[in-house]
Amino acid sequence: MLVTLKVFRFNPDVDKKWHYETYKIEAPETDRILDLLEKVKGHFDGTLSFRRSCAHGVCGSDAMRINGRNQLACKTLVRDLGDKITVEPILGLKVIKDLIVDMEPFFDHYKTVLPFFINNDPLPENGKERLQSPEERARFDETTKCILCACCTTSCPSFWAGETYLGPAALVTAHRFIFDSRDQAASERLKIISETDGVSRCHTVFNCTMACPREIQITKAIGELKLAMITGKLD
Amino acid sequence: MNIHQFDVIIVGAGGSGLMAGLYASRNAKTAVISKLYPTRSHTGAAQGGISAALGNVEEDRIEWHTYDTVKGSDYLGDQEAIEFMCQEAPEAVLELEHMGLPFDRTPEGKISQRPFGGHTNNVTGKPVSRACHAADRTGHMILQTLYQQCLKNNVNFFDEFQVIELLTSNGKASGVVAIELATGELHVFQAKAVIMATGGHGRIFEVTSNAYAYTGDGAALVLRKGIPLEDMEFFQFHPTGIYKLGILITEGVRGDGGVLINGKGERFMPKYAPSVKDLASRDVVSRAIYTEIRAGRGVDGSNFVYLDVRPETVNKFAEIDGRTNPDGTKYTVTGEQILKKLPDIIDFCRVYLGVDPVTQMMPIQPTAHYSMGGIPTNKYGEVIVDDHNTTYPGLYAVGECACVSVHGGNRLGTNSLLDLIVFGKHAGLKAAEYSSRVPFEDLPQNPEANVKNELDGLRQGSGKESVYDIATDMKKVMFDLVGIYRNEKDMQTAIDKIHELQQRYSQVKIVDTGRIFNTELINAWELGNMLQIAEVIAISALNRQESRGGHSREDFPKRDDQNWLKHTLVTKQGKELKISYKPVSITKYQPKERVY
Ligand SMILES: Cc1cc2nc3c(=O)[nH]c(=O)nc-3n(C[C@H](O)[C@H](O)[C@H](O)COP(=O)(O)OP(=O)(O)OC[C@H]3O[C@@H](n4cnc5c(N)ncnc54)[C@H](O)[C@@H]3O)c2cc1C
Ligand code: FES
Repeated sequence: MLVTLKVFRFNPDVDKKWHYETYKIEAPETDRILDLLEKVKGHFDGTLSFRRSCAHGVCGSDAMRINGRNQLACKTLVRDLGDKITVEPILGLKVIKDLIVDMEPFFDHYKTVLPFFINNDPLPENGKERLQSPEERARFDETTKCILCACCTTSCPSFWAGETYLGPAALVTAHRFIFDSRDQAASERLKIISETDGVSRCHTVFNCTMACPREIQITKAIGELKLAMITGKLD
Repeated sequence: MNIHQFDVIIVGAGGSGLMAGLYASRNAKTAVISKLYPTRSHTGAAQGGISAALGNVEEDRIEWHTYDTVKGSDYLGDQEAIEFMCQEAPEAVLELEHMGLPFDRTPEGKISQRPFGGHTNNVTGKPVSRACHAADRTGHMILQTLYQQCLKNNVNFFDEFQVIELLTSNGKASGVVAIELATGELHVFQAKAVIMATGGHGRIFEVTSNAYAYTGDGAALVLRKGIPLEDMEFFQFHPTGIYKLGILITEGVRGDGGVLINGKGERFMPKYAPSVKDLASRDVVSRAIYTEIRAGRGVDGSNFVYLDVRPETVNKFAEIDGRTNPDGTKYTVTGEQILKKLPDIIDFCRVYLGVDPVTQMMPIQPTAHYSMGGIPTNKYGEVIVDDHNTTYPGLYAVGECACVSVHGGNRLGTNSLLDLIVFGKHAGLKAAEYSSRVPFEDLPQNPEANVKNELDGLRQGSGKESVYDIATDMKKVMFDLVGIYRNEKDMQTAIDKIHELQQRYSQVKIVDTGRIFNTELINAWELGNMLQIAEVIAISALNRQESRGGHSREDFPKRDDQNWLKHTLVTKQGKELKISYKPVSITKYQPKERVY
């Protein structure tokens, strides 16, 4: 199929302002958008820059706005979109070059929710694992899937309105630990996310859930966090 | 010029680099440098599990794990190192659990385990549940957990910094030079110890499960310093990659009862491995698939077969095989259980193939997956330079870029993640200990000069050749001529072609003259590494006149212990590659014929 691919371009070394470039590419409909970008880079313009690594939706490198929706370029196929495709950087983070944005603010938010397991009890005496029932494990399964691609956070109007909002991805991480029966820092994390830039700024717009390439029920997870804050209970 | 000083520098933030970072930073000033954000590392793609003889769901023993690994390696693995790794395995997995890793659980709340290729009960010969797993995203959980623990322990990170040179002074490692991708600036890192943890190089092959980042940087950097690479001819082709794309379908699918089906609708693995059938080790299964395809029994006469995990198929063959649950009841699965055990696999198939594995078969073909060879080390991650196990002071290597060698001629599934954790820890400890008792070496004069020259050279190439085209040609040459089946004629052709490609590479054209995220320049630099590694692989493979593990010669179809029970070492001297050998460590297990 002959695809018309329109790509957001900005090269800080030479451009004062961003613009769009259009490329016509012959591609099978099973091509990933990432394959198209590679073809542009290989055949049309070597300066086109974007991040990528795994090429199958597990490393979180290539979140982009594709036909107006946040998606991973490696997990979106031509056949999902048809022959007119527009690719732009995700919103709300500073564009550094072409499709590459500054991810630092995103990772900073992640780091504020104590994104690590905390349990200060002595280890089991036999040196074995801490026990956890399959039900307890299932309680937070959903939020362990996050690959930190930022599709969710950069689709959220509250984040666009102010970069200080922790954003869905950081809240998903908080959820992963708060609902882990082995973790002991739930109350500290709940306190962090109850502050001004935390959960209260989620207005249940559902953009995040729609955008998540891992199909995490993000709005539901945030709802569970809100409930835990009100009731002080984790079940 | 930006100059930094650390006791220990770790190049790479995958499972092995992070584990090393966690341990080294306890006792030494440590930094981890990575070209990707740590959580983007390829460890995150690992699906099936990490092995340890915990015996959580059925009887298992460390000695069985050891023997299976030796046998899996086709007797090329160093037995002393294998014993060490398998011995440490239970503690390593439990340590991950203690760090919070969300393993799946048994009804009693213990870490859940599943069968995997080549892992057996040594008494009955039946597959044993040894792979500890977190759904089908075990690697993702390991990567996340280790990164999180590093944050908790304030490990220093330099994210999106690409190391372009290893610095050495007076025959010792003395630091690295890196380019900061966001600015294009060079940084010199002075260090007492450098740990390479850069992962593999599967991107030299056309069909691969490997990430774009798998360009063999670490191995190439070390080779340039006159340090050898070991057993590079041993590259694993995983039997089940998604047709054409190469995306991996974990062996866990077969562990859970999935079977391979040829174009005539027959299950063919019992012919090749009567005892464990579809769960034979990877080299055996990949060759079986190729043999079927060559005999015209691919699907529609094409070059793929099916992997079938539909519940009715699984249940039918489980019944025929007499497979039982640990409690002795008949083994059966439902569609829902498949969905729960293999969520990511199902997602991949739906997205990339438009196929639903619960109701349809998956078209698969072998995919280039894992490098058994790499930078030679001992079990402490110390880099070895010769057949007397002489170490290179201050230099360490861990993970897929290293060759300990615990995988020998063929790695068993789940043993790589284990390798990362066990040897990552020991290399971290050893490097920190070493750095506490030696001074900093002086850096070479103008430490960044070489890198500058090299990058400028690329930028100013005469401009006829495209990185993309050379890469495409290299991948095809390697997959077609130095792939699953090899012979002298093909490999000689491959070597000639690689030399041609190297010539073309010297005239590569770079249009991007900018500094900020000049990914074109970086891709070109990486291509240079890949061409170098491809040459080493082809030369090592041509030299080894026998078939062993993942190295199958049509012209030498048998294993030859008399002449070839030894490791290959390849060293670069000027432009020439020189071959020498290193003996295999054998403790308890004398080589014998390998049948599954
Ligand atoms: C799809 C797939 C599934 C797998 N499943 C399993 C499994 O179930 N069980 C199992 O045991 N094994 C599995 N493996 C194998 C295993 O996952 C890998 O061998 C292992 O994760 C490699 O880890 P590593 O630490 O060596 O490297 P990686 O995790 O790949 O990390 C490499 C690091 O090096 C950095 N780097 C590279 N070059 C440079 C440079 N020049 N400068 C700076 N940084 C650099 C990268 O940024 C990255 O951080 C699988 C592999 C694949 C591809
Ligand atoms: S490249 Fe890894 S998620 Fe797309």
